[in-house]
Amino acid sequence: MTTTSTTPSSSVPGLVHGVYAEGEPIRDTKAPPGPIDRRWNTRKFEASLVNPANRRKLSVIIVGTGLAGGAAAATLGEAGYQVKSFCYQDSPRRAHSIAAQGGINAAKNYKEDGDSVYRLFYDTVKGGDYRSRESNVYRLAEVSTNIIDQCVAQGVPFAREYGGLLDNRSFGGVQVSRTFYARGQTGQQLLIGAYQALERQVAAGTVEMFSRHEMLEVVVVDGKARGIIARDLVTGEIETHLADAVVLASGGYGNVFYLSTNAMGSNVTATWRAHRKGAHFANPCYTQIHPTCIPVAGEHQSKLTLMSESLRNDGRIWVPKNAADCEKDPREIPEEDRDYYLERIYPSFGNLVPRDIASRQAKNVCDEGRGVGPKVGDFRRGVYLDFTDALKRMSAEAVAEKYGNLLDMYQRITGENPYEVPMRIYPAVHYTMGGLWVDYDLQSSIPGLFVTGEANFSDHGANRLGASALMQGLADGYFVLPHTIRDYLARGPFEKLEESHEAVVEARASVDARVQKFLSIKGDRSVDSFHKELGNIMWEFCGMERSEEGLLKAIDLIRGLRDEFWRNVKVLGAADTLNQSLEKAGRVADFLELGELMCIDALHRRESCGGHFRAESQTEDGEALRHDDEYAYVAAWEWGGQDGAPVLHKEDLVYEFVEMKQRSYK
Amino acid sequence: MNLTLKIWRQAGPKAKGEMVTYPVTDISEDMSFLEMLDVLNEQLNARGEEPIAFDSDCREGICGMCGLMISGKAHGPEVTTTCQLHMRSFSDGDEITIEPWRADAFPVIKDLVVDRGSFDRIIQAGGFISANTGSAPEAHSVPVPKPKADRAFMAAACIGCGACVAACPNASGMLFMGAKITHLGELPQGQPERDARVVNMVSQHDHEGFGGCTNIGECSSACPKEIPLDVINQLNKDLRGALMRGE
Repeated sequence: MTTTSTTPSSSVPGLVHGVYAEGEPIRDTKAPPGPIDRRWNTRKFEASLVNPANRRKLSVIIVGTGLAGGAAAATLGEAGYQVKSFCYQDSPRRAHSIAAQGGINAAKNYKEDGDSVYRLFYDTVKGGDYRSRESNVYRLAEVSTNIIDQCVAQGVPFAREYGGLLDNRSFGGVQVSRTFYARGQTGQQLLIGAYQALERQVAAGTVEMFSRHEMLEVVVVDGKARGIIARDLVTGEIETHLADAVVLASGGYGNVFYLSTNAMGSNVTATWRAHRKGAHFANPCYTQIHPTCIPVAGEHQSKLTLMSESLRNDGRIWVPKNAADCEKDPREIPEEDRDYYLERIYPSFGNLVPRDIASRQAKNVCDEGRGVGPKVGDFRRGVYLDFTDALKRMSAEAVAEKYGNLLDMYQRITGENPYEVPMRIYPAVHYTMGGLWVDYDLQSSIPGLFVTGEANFSDHGANRLGASALMQGLADGYFVLPHTIRDYLARGPFEKLEESHEAVVEARASVDARVQKFLSIKGDRSVDSFHKELGNIMWEFCGMERSEEGLLKAIDLIRGLRDEFWRNVKVLGAADTLNQSLEKAGRVADFLELGELMCIDALHRRESCGGHFRAESQTEDGEALRHDDEYAYVAAWEWGGQDGAPVLHKEDLVYEFVEMKQRSYK
Repeated sequence: MNLTLKIWRQAGPKAKGEMVTYPVTDISEDMSFLEMLDVLNEQLNARGEEPIAFDSDCREGICGMCGLMISGKAHGPEVTTTCQLHMRSFSDGDEITIEPWRADAFPVIKDLVVDRGSFDRIIQAGGFISANTGSAPEAHSVPVPKPKADRAFMAAACIGCGACVAACPNASGMLFMGAKITHLGELPQGQPERDARVVNMVSQHDHEGFGGCTNIGECSSACPKEIPLDVINQLNKDLRGALMRGE
């Protein structure tokens, strides 16, 4: 790093750090008061009802068909509302929820091991490093049990015991067994359940499905969300869809890093366009980096593949003690020359420390020059995950029974046999806890615009626990949104809106203009080359460890890159046809704006919490150090205009039930 | 390694397509097949030629979005999805043909991209259990014998990629449909709608223009999730039973 200035070169005087302004705090999140176990019931009772005969006069647009969007579309369709559902894939069944492996948590306490709704609530608040809302998290834990009932009724084939009852396992270092699973394909099975429920409503005529459609703008009329502008990805036609309310269930933004475990098409466009229209974006710097992914093999890499962290239950993680051994065959490095660094630093938790800690320590040993595997740039980015001891202890058959599908996947991707040679792993971006700010009703700061699943910021604080993403997606989609959105819809039907309305025409014209702009730049660089460069900046300066100096530099670099993008991007083909380069251009343009906001958020939060580690805020032995007195709040960012600075609104986090503590895993 | 690719190019649904030859050089064996196409597309873009359209999303073998006919085999020479096929399965100097799925029920949209909406419509016809949100009984109220649960899971592993249809000389969708019939039919929750499900799904399948099954087995051999052929037996058995019961 060479930058020494304390503000970016293009910063504006009068702003905090030269990059953002501070606005009014957010005082009301609309959670009802009272005992925490009564709040959701109170809210459901107080939410207005809609007469069944009136429901078919009310319309809802839902963007995204993963667990949060698919479940909501099916449920609102069943209730009798007119639903329009959108996804960019060729079928709603492809949404990236499908790739979740491990499982779904629920406080069923089928193992009678001391689990309860309260304990799931407590674990989730603690796991989020005390940066989530108690009311929301309690509700999540409360409805978790309904999710399992619902999915079983739909025919989701969860793992079962010989007696025919559901099996559970402990997951992600939790001490109770509350995780329901379907081998390594839990996300797939839950999504197919929601997809089938959705297709049933398509057949019933309550849901109209628009696959291969991408939302490119939200229509806001008189301060309310009233529709979207979408592009038909096959014909290129720009379409206007109007409704009484809009739900964004469009997933997370991990692909801002270019390489992540997200699907190739996962993007921030739906939420980012809404942000630009007035929806606050909360805690964008909270990203989760998963420790057990297959390392980058070379410059051509297009995505990263996660292997379930259950591998850490039996595998041992190490690197050579001496950098000189890093090119050797690992089987020839004697025991005394190996550094089992997690076991050394954290004797009580060892290889099972939480995701953020395992990831950061892998980075540290590689930064020291002790990484293994091929050099990418100047460093080897990999550590060994070694099953040699497990193979001796358990036999190859037992290891195959437990981990066979994962080890096969590793072999298919790397060409190396993990039964003979230690696997190589490295952390990769996996999940984003930040997202659009929502209140207790999952409504954003634009009335009528609701946000569910990974797309909102609500339940995971600064770090998400394993097997909780599927839980939140389905909780929002099946059991929370359908109640809260009816309270909003009960105020309708809203004034009939014509496509000729000024706000609609303007939204549509802006989308048309943007599409034409991409095609008319005719520069020298491909969209992918910009995306890769942005990803490198984000990974270097806003990845596992962040510092003031690095973040300020990153902001400068991103601004420069964005400027070049709009002058020099090359998008071939036409607007009126399937054009994948054009699709990517729009997504990368939005990532180039989001990336800067992530760095600003990371810069302003001068503490380490969960997935956000600030080099300036650590204990003497290098562990994350929170500052609850200064930072126990949600950072909700308001769009400051194309040339303006984002405005920070703080929502204080009040802990009435759980006491804030520093985590320790030594 | 250096390769010669012969790739189907088709500008749009109604345009006439043709095979076009593209040499590619310096391909690493660690690349996935789709990353090799990414490299080619970057080169085409740099030369001012429109990149080749192909579908992919998760690139970890689970979403079912990718699917190419590679030298005449659905998803290529290994039993896996196209995105999980790696270049180490090929040798320097190979000539590889790359085509879209070919079936009347999967019309080509552009280049290697096809429309598999017919699969969604088969599911709409009956590939579900009707259980409105909130209406479910407690999950443990209905135990499922483990062998049945395991068989349901095996069939539920289908990712809807369409390789079975592409591999079948009749372009039949029976393996896809049989997998869903078996998944839901093995479970107690799936019984009330079992007869109507099979009749309605088969009717939609035929209406979409898929062919019939003549027990060749190419579908199962090409299936990246190794769905066994006996799900088609299950489908036929369920269909016979349902018709006899007057569904």
